[in-house]
Amino acid sequence: MTIVANFDLNRNRLAQIKGRKIDVPAFKAPKPKRRTTAAASSFMGWRRENGRVGVRNHVVILPLDDLSNAACEAVANNVKGTLALPHAYGRLQFGEDLDLHFRTLIGIGSNPNVAAVVVIGIEDGWTKIIVDGIAKTGKPVVGFGIEGVGDIGTIAKASYVAKEFVQWASELQREKCDIAELWVSTKCGESDTTTGLSSCPTVGNMYDKLLPKGIYGVFGETSEITGAEHLCKARAATPEVGERWYKMWKAYQDDVIEQFKTSDLSDSQPTKGNIKGGLSTIEEKALGNLEKIGRNSTYIDILQPAEAPARGPGLYFMDTSSAAAECVTLMAAGGYVVHTFPTGQGNVIGNPIVPVIKITGNPQTMRTMPEHIDVDVSGILRRDMTIPEAGDALIANIVRTANGRLTAAEALGHREFVMTKLYRSA
Amino acid sequence: MSKPHLLVHETADNVGVVVVEGLKAGTKMLCVVTHDNSSFELTAKADVPIGHKVALKDLKAGDTAIKYGQDIGKIIGPAAKGDYVHVHNLKTKRW
Repeated sequence: MTIVANFDLNRNRLAQIKGRKIDVPAFKAPKPKRRTTAAASSFMGWRRENGRVGVRNHVVILPLDDLSNAACEAVANNVKGTLALPHAYGRLQFGEDLDLHFRTLIGIGSNPNVAAVVVIGIEDGWTKIIVDGIAKTGKPVVGFGIEGVGDIGTIAKASYVAKEFVQWASELQREKCDIAELWVSTKCGESDTTTGLSSCPTVGNMYDKLLPKGIYGVFGETSEITGAEHLCKARAATPEVGERWYKMWKAYQDDVIEQFKTSDLSDSQPTKGNIKGGLSTIEEKALGNLEKIGRNSTYIDILQPAEAPARGPGLYFMDTSSAAAECVTLMAAGGYVVHTFPTGQGNVIGNPIVPVIKITGNPQTMRTMPEHIDVDVSGILRRDMTIPEAGDALIANIVRTANGRLTAAEALGHREFVMTKLYRSA
Repeated sequence: MSKPHLLVHETADNVGVVVVEGLKAGTKMLCVVTHDNSSFELTAKADVPIGHKVALKDLKAGDTAIKYGQDIGKIIGPAAKGDYVHVHNLKTKRW
């Protein structure tokens, strides 16, 4: 027997889905008292010490390296409401790869969705580099080196600090912020032909509407522009930026794809999931992907992976992998606070510090895995929803998410945090 | 407008995308070009899953598949008008 109070229990929609083994009572949540509309020009966020605005209020326990994951997870277990971000790297890296490692960790700690940070590393030297980098934002940050102390002593000291941080952060208040203060990133995944028809143009329509209001946007996925590079180059704000973009794209083709490929990449790009969804070639995938930047938007600069934009409001291109968790992590490190993620076949990704809003136009995905989707635009395929209407629905969801509504990925505990590594460690 | 079976991005395209589940061979499909909302009818020659492509004209090896008004690869096996187009008869020109 299911007892439900204060919900409009309609006839078990989910349980009726063919083949679903678990009997789930479907319900319609009561409408929130304050409805946000697409015309919303503000949201409630946390203004940080450096003026940037966050939409989440995390206290992060950040490992410098793989060896420090255990201590960080122990601290997060001791102090409720903190968030450990374990990852696989951080030892014996060098050169550009080490720079990227530092930039990513400093960027994650500096993201305005993070209120305060405890950094733990195996030794003091590199730990201090991360602490000093994050400290530039003005937010509370403390670092601990394990060597000479051991895990238990480090965990004890770090836990005392983490407890102070989390109690302090819990009293910070949201304030009304202009929509222009949102930084919104995008990257799609498990794409199929429906993403190019519906969910990617939905994101594009959102950018066409919000970029003129002064937000920061970013797209990336260097390898996945292959087949549409002529169109992407032409979408630069100036020919100079377009030339720099093309050089960056070509370098990836020549230095990575051509150097390491053992086949025509037809098993990786498009992916097996893409092919199952009807995409046949990288060109077809790229053309759908590029729909995410809309009809009018132009990008004003090219960012290194995890680099923060520095040319003011507008759309940027970040040189990233097309692997979802790597790309979203790099964009989070660049300072973006909300991510929009079109999917066709149903990518389930989330990020620990940035809410990832998932949009699908595929009715089959909407039917088989609706718990992962935040914005349903499948009406576009039935021709009973227009792209501008879908764009408005996405904007409304972005504002609600910024105001605190948990995304599907947050509710389901998806916290994919993946560092990008450029080459083998020394 | 009634619900379409197939959507086509641009008028220049020679392939379109099935947007209904369980499409069977012989179905007379309502096809809509999203660019200008024009429509036409086409009979499917195969069972084609949702999201997968159908040839809008007779295509032969060596032809270029056009979608979004752009080159999406080369046809490597014949596809008559109404046939299923995917990795068995369409291949990237890259990599």
